[in-house]
Amino acid sequence: MPVLELLDIHKSYRSHLSIRKYWILRGLSLSIREGEIFGAIGTNGAGKTTTIKLALGLIFPDAGVVRLFGEDASKVEPRRRVGFLPENPYLYDYLTGEEFLDFHARLFGLDASTRRRRVKDLLERVGLANRGDRQLRHYSKGMLQRIGLAQALINDPEFVVLDEPMSGLDPIGRREVRDIILDLKARGRTVFFSTHILSDTEMICDRVGLLVKGSLKAVGTIDELVSREVPYWEVALQGEVEGNLPCGRIVSRREDRLLVRVDSQGDLRRLLATLNGRGVTLLSVTPARQSLEDLFIREARAASPSALRADGGHAQSG
Amino acid sequence: MLSRVSAIALNTFREAIRQRILYLLLVFGVAMISFAQILTFMTVGSEEKIIKDFGLASIDVFGVLTSVFIGIGLVSREIERRTVYTILAKPIHRFEFILGKYAGLALTLLVNTTVMTLWFFLVLLIKGMFDARLGVAVLLLLFQFLLITALAVMFSCLSTPILSSVMTLALYVIGHLLWSLDLLSARLSTETGRMLCRVVYYLLPNLGNFDIKGEVVHGMAVAPGRLLWAAVYLMLYGSAVLWTACAVFDRKELQ
Repeated sequence: MPVLELLDIHKSYRSHLSIRKYWILRGLSLSIREGEIFGAIGTNGAGKTTTIKLALGLIFPDAGVVRLFGEDASKVEPRRRVGFLPENPYLYDYLTGEEFLDFHARLFGLDASTRRRRVKDLLERVGLANRGDRQLRHYSKGMLQRIGLAQALINDPEFVVLDEPMSGLDPIGRREVRDIILDLKARGRTVFFSTHILSDTEMICDRVGLLVKGSLKAVGTIDELVSREVPYWEVALQGEVEGNLPCGRIVSRREDRLLVRVDSQGDLRRLLATLNGRGVTLLSVTPARQSLEDLFIREARAASPSALRADGGHAQSG
Repeated sequence: MLSRVSAIALNTFREAIRQRILYLLLVFGVAMISFAQILTFMTVGSEEKIIKDFGLASIDVFGVLTSVFIGIGLVSREIERRTVYTILAKPIHRFEFILGKYAGLALTLLVNTTVMTLWFFLVLLIKGMFDARLGVAVLLLLFQFLLITALAVMFSCLSTPILSSVMTLALYVIGHLLWSLDLLSARLSTETGRMLCRVVYYLLPNLGNFDIKGEVVHGMAVAPGRLLWAAVYLMLYGSAVLWTACAVFDRKELQ
């Protein structure tokens, strides 16, 4: 049974005093499997945040079915097993970190000793152990993101939904969030997150979904989405190369360093063989691969700006 | 359910007591009660009536202002600041959220009114003017605050804070003048007009049910069962208003 299932979801909004509908999702179908890390990527207004809000019953679809742990997502019961971190979380800034986590633990009906233990553990886990007694209004953006993440884990959820969890974090903060996500997977949890940071997605996701203008353009593992064929190799060499190379094309030359591009594996072998005895040092061989970014940009460009306007625009972030 | 409602109520209470506006209103309320002393120097006789009247009116005004200005933001501000997302993504019914917010402000009002009342009674005790019936008058004022808070919460689910405050304050004024609608109904010649007046009369909150200030201050008799009727009215009308708030919020899109 999928942890989250969206079937043919349509969702529109009306702005105030307008009868015109703005379509955010058009026939979106998506299924999140147990134990996987799923990354939802897409341009601003693609429908990522809307998808997350639908999954958590914060908004309701115009048409289609949303199931969480096999139950209607608007029901309360399946949310016992879910943790959620919204995008740019606005938290109760008059509470201290400890009070904030304790409050959220109370909403799950946890007893006092469990609450105390969880609050302490989570503050340590997100690196705020010595800041728990400070009001959230004195937290930095990175600290707010981390305490927000801690509240999402307060019920030890089976399914964790994170909306742009890396947004606004410095490289260290991003790495910490990445580690927490990987740790959740290691504990058998399912993670669904939306992001703009494609390198993180490639690094940690089991599967990725690319949303463009409210539709799922591509979904699958990184290997399925991005061709693993190598169209060419880049060979970095150091030393004086006399005469022409047997194959390949010199892309750049700086002092005694050369960057050579070869287009086939056979050419690569021949090039490497001829290097012996010519006093040239091989520095690196880099296969060129299509990246997730290439796919993202190609699909985003396909949705032309004029088409976006014709569809009524997309004011929602994500 | 109770643990979730109480968690939200406690958090709302905590938020209120950490807001400067509450202390500002409370200090003004206490200051106004004390100001009655000065007023008595400017008048001849009726010192007791002035102190009692001014004291009760101060508790009334500052209690209503607290109900309105904190109540109108209770739900709309949570949506505006998007703090509601982390709460409603948890296993909590939307009506529990509304009831928790309401209970939190009710607790705040209870504390607020208690502080003002204790100060008021202290002033009266010092002056030797204490009358136990003043306690009943204050209790009825508290009932009124609870009803106004329910209205503020309902408007908070429906509209913006500014519009909510205008509508809540308008209902407060109308609620105290509802007797005039009753008089108008008696003078109308058409049956339809009288019927319309009666419908509006019963639909709008009758805050006169909570007002015995005049009787208490002037030493007049208070009708027996007045407190009980006010409590029943609060329960019925307040429940209907909160039920409406919950019904509206239940299908609200949290965009």
